[in-house]
Amino acid sequence: MSKVNKKSSIPEIESYQSMPDQHGHFGAYGGRFVSETLMEPLEELEQAYKKYAQDPAFIAAFEQCLKYYVGRPSPLYHAERWSERLGGAQIYLKREDLNHTGAHKINNTVGQGLLAKLMGKRRVIAETGAGQHGVATATVAARYGMECVVYMGAEDIQRQAINVFRMKLLGATVVAVEAGSKTLKDALNEAMRDWVTNIDDTFYIIGTVAGPHPYPMMVRDFNAVVGREARQQCQEQTGRLPDSLVACVGGGSNAIGLFHPFLDEKEVSLYGVEAAGDGLNTNRHAAPLNAGIPGVLHGNRTYLMEDKYGQIIETHSISAGLDYPGVGPEHAWLKDTGRANYVSVKDSEALQAFHDLTRIEGIMPALESSHALAYTAKIAPKMKKEAIIIANLSGRGDKDIHTVAAHEGITC
Amino acid sequence: MSRITAQFNALKNNHKKALIPFITAGDPILDLTVELMHLLVASGADMIELGIPFSDPMADGPVIQRGSERALRNGTNTDDVFNIVKEFRVENESTPVILMSYLNPIEAIGYTTFVEKAAAAGVDGLIIVDLPPEESATLSAVLRLHSIDQIFLISPTTSGERLDRICAVASGFLYYVSLKGVTGSSKLDVEAVGDKLNEIRRKTILPLGVGFGIKNPQIVEAVGRVSDAVVVGSALVERIAQNIGNHEKLKSEITIFTRSLRAALDRIG
Repeated sequence: MSKVNKKSSIPEIESYQSMPDQHGHFGAYGGRFVSETLMEPLEELEQAYKKYAQDPAFIAAFEQCLKYYVGRPSPLYHAERWSERLGGAQIYLKREDLNHTGAHKINNTVGQGLLAKLMGKRRVIAETGAGQHGVATATVAARYGMECVVYMGAEDIQRQAINVFRMKLLGATVVAVEAGSKTLKDALNEAMRDWVTNIDDTFYIIGTVAGPHPYPMMVRDFNAVVGREARQQCQEQTGRLPDSLVACVGGGSNAIGLFHPFLDEKEVSLYGVEAAGDGLNTNRHAAPLNAGIPGVLHGNRTYLMEDKYGQIIETHSISAGLDYPGVGPEHAWLKDTGRANYVSVKDSEALQAFHDLTRIEGIMPALESSHALAYTAKIAPKMKKEAIIIANLSGRGDKDIHTVAAHEGITC
Repeated sequence: MSRITAQFNALKNNHKKALIPFITAGDPILDLTVELMHLLVASGADMIELGIPFSDPMADGPVIQRGSERALRNGTNTDDVFNIVKEFRVENESTPVILMSYLNPIEAIGYTTFVEKAAAAGVDGLIIVDLPPEESATLSAVLRLHSIDQIFLISPTTSGERLDRICAVASGFLYYVSLKGVTGSSKLDVEAVGDKLNEIRRKTILPLGVGFGIKNPQIVEAVGRVSDAVVVGSALVERIAQNIGNHEKLKSEITIFTRSLRAALDRIG
């Protein structure tokens, strides 16, 4: 819903919450760039989602699951010791790590799982990087009695062995993807191939706000419970809205979930934190919004890490969940409009934040979430003591202890 | 009249069906591609579908994925692909060349530059796997300006209004994806293909090609009976993969196989 401002001819944005348009576009981004065979299934999915998203019975079932199965609402926790140590703003952590299965990912899989069941699909598939989305999908599949296949890059299987075991115990088949860089993007390619082959009985549960329309919208909507709760909790605990929101961005589902309900509160500044890996100047990073260009991958137009011929280049992050060369199209649009700021932190900074939160607050964050915490630690000291930052603690760090131990030479 | 249309007209006058082999540019090495294209034509190909290698070929099965990886590993880029076509055109002015690409390599170069370079090299048609007509208006206009045919895919799931829309914007021919799956699958149902082609024929006068899962002379013959063209990709690329260490054997295998496909098509009629 933008109207043209006659003076400057720059579209004036009335509401940042009005995207996507009916074709799934977020400004120049998003859309539906898939092979012909997937066009009709995506249309069918869009229609089903539109129908059920308005259906009081569906909404009630979804909310029931979030409350009694996921354990929502997740607390908004005032990290007083950490705030004091940093000496500036008051930091509140949105505790998505306390959800069932340990991350925000379950919000979305519960929603898509319900949808799959109502659409009569007996089999679900998923791609996963860190394994959190794979675990969340396997969990929902177990609960609904559906067959589950999870595609995971062979390199990520090494990095995230604990989550692989969890998925297997939940009854899922985990398929190691040996193609390309053997990480999340290749798992996504392989899941798409499975879907195109088995579209009649299979529902593809995409784990992030990327992919062809309607996924970026649908996954955002299912995760927006994070921002809605945070907004209400912040009001209750502090009597006002926060000054800043900080969340890590790989594909960007936890960030958009937190940001979306605040998009039209223009006094709330938004910070999406990408993985700078070894540094943005090293080519070993995963920060398409900071260092990429727009292109088309995995069904949508967005910022990508690619070479001058449009070949996707390998990314690096210590965090498997951020190790992805693209990003959700809504983030691309929020970047271009200037509504959100996209920044980055290095592996070393994320590790420092991982240790700091563990030692100061007794909370072990996921390496993904540690990126958001590291940026929070950068801006908090520059802010007044009355200022409020909400950082999304999107997942817990148990799955990462082997990575941290190996990186730092810690032994038993 | 485009080379593609002219070729289909000529084949129709001779009661023949078109054989369209697919190879990836730069697979197994850049220096072999032009020679392979000539070899394919000499062995009975009526048009060549040449793949631009891509890092993330979502719609392709493992055989063509690995071909793409081989080509990228040896440094093949989009400018190399244009040069290949240019070199092919030195000796061959009549056989249509169709580029198959994913959208991102085209976006990276820019629509206008890409199409200008393709037209200058002698490219006749473009298939973009992940660009449905809904997202294609801008590129389609540039292609029309340069008289390059845009070949759209139709799948078993394409129906009703979308089928009309695709028929309205396509040119050259229509490429029917024979099955729900990726390239190189093995669950093709010839009868179902025939039924769908009849449905499509009611909407268009364009020739109808069929691809995906066509891997031997028997299937070529069966599909050729109900279509105007058959596309064979994975079966050829598999023969390239098996002989990457021995280029003479590779060439002779490709020749023998392509001839067998030609012979199968020529049994129709």
